[in-house]
Amino acid sequence: MEHYINLAIRSLFVENLALSFFLGMCTFLAISKKIETAMGLGIAVIAVQSLTMPLNNLLWQYVLKPDALKWAGLPGTDLSFLGLILYIGVIAASVQILEMTLDKYVPALYNALGIFLPLITVNCAILGGTLFMVERDYTFAEACVYGISSGASWALAIVLLAGVREKLKYSDVPAGLQGLGIAFISAGLLAFGFMAFSGLQL
Amino acid sequence: MADVNAKKILLDPIADNNPIILQVLGICSALAVTSKLETALIMCVGLTAVTAFSNLFYSLVRNFVPGSIRIIAQMTIAATLVILVDQTLKAVAYEQSKPLSVFIGLILTNCIVMGRLEAYAQSNPPLPAFLDGLGNGLGYSAILIVLAVFRELFGSGKLLGVEILPLVTQGGWYVPNGLLLLPPSAFFLIGMIIWAVRTWKPQQQEKPAFRIQAGQIHGVEAH
Repeated sequence: MEHYINLAIRSLFVENLALSFFLGMCTFLAISKKIETAMGLGIAVIAVQSLTMPLNNLLWQYVLKPDALKWAGLPGTDLSFLGLILYIGVIAASVQILEMTLDKYVPALYNALGIFLPLITVNCAILGGTLFMVERDYTFAEACVYGISSGASWALAIVLLAGVREKLKYSDVPAGLQGLGIAFISAGLLAFGFMAFSGLQL
Repeated sequence: MADVNAKKILLDPIADNNPIILQVLGICSALAVTSKLETALIMCVGLTAVTAFSNLFYSLVRNFVPGSIRIIAQMTIAATLVILVDQTLKAVAYEQSKPLSVFIGLILTNCIVMGRLEAYAQSNPPLPAFLDGLGNGLGYSAILIVLAVFRELFGSGKLLGVEILPLVTQGGWYVPNGLLLLPPSAFFLIGMIIWAVRTWKPQQQEKPAFRIQAGQIHGVEAH
């Protein structure tokens, strides 16, 4: 149990997807102007991440990994080069399914997430999380924990940045830095703050 | 006329319509792989190749792909090319591909690739689409190389592993700026580059959402 809590805390703070690996930066900077939308996007990322990570883990463990097809009587296979195309397929499909399910059963949430859901397919935080999971060869349980906590880490980071940027609207920024420039610099400061967590362990 | 156009398509993304600092595309890898020039160069070559060829191939089939499945078609083309780059790199330069870790795979979701496919290759013939992809790859590379040169030279006194500024620790005179080797410094550097470019080309500046006028505080909503 302690191992999983440790993994969750590490991926939330120390290995924050947005602030220490810089994944999903495009949406991170483009959609962090308001706390409300940032929150919606954050929740969508958590949902997609905790759905796709276990699925991709099963795919990796039982189909793609070297020697993974032993259960089907085919030892000695190595399909890991097909990884990328299958992971992105799983991600695109689960986003689509999630979208349809939400539309049918939870229309309120569907409306709140709006256009963000389809956008998440190409959010590098999702594919990046999966690739890290593969690189570190997580087990199924670890992948579930990592999925939820890495999604939450991204959500945490974007909400924090949105909070900073909402206040920044009122400040007198030099013309050339206005908007994107100052957003980069505030994200940099946030990332520095998160470096203080490095080495944190239970 | 055609020549002028081709040149414009190729060169525009480098300064006037740069993918990183103006279109806000493909920032993830720009931050993560620039602490060394060598890794940055590999990344640039990989990304430019994928963007250019996915633009070319998608543009060739654009008229046969129904709108509702175009994202999947784009993804498949891009994923195939990324797998090619990834496998080639592992075969040819295994040691150098190590520090890039997941970032080669992430070229697939790099917004430059998807963004250009959607914005340009979708509605243009193959040759201009290829040039557009090449141009955007070069625009990306330009920013990455500037960042990497700055970070490697001042962060560890080297360029491509060759010592340029002799370090104090090895009897030289240069005290390295360790800050530049840390990932967050890339944020500041890109911020500064944006500032510099937008001072040089003021039409790229964004309007402030609120303007404080002399003598009174007056809010103006952004559109």
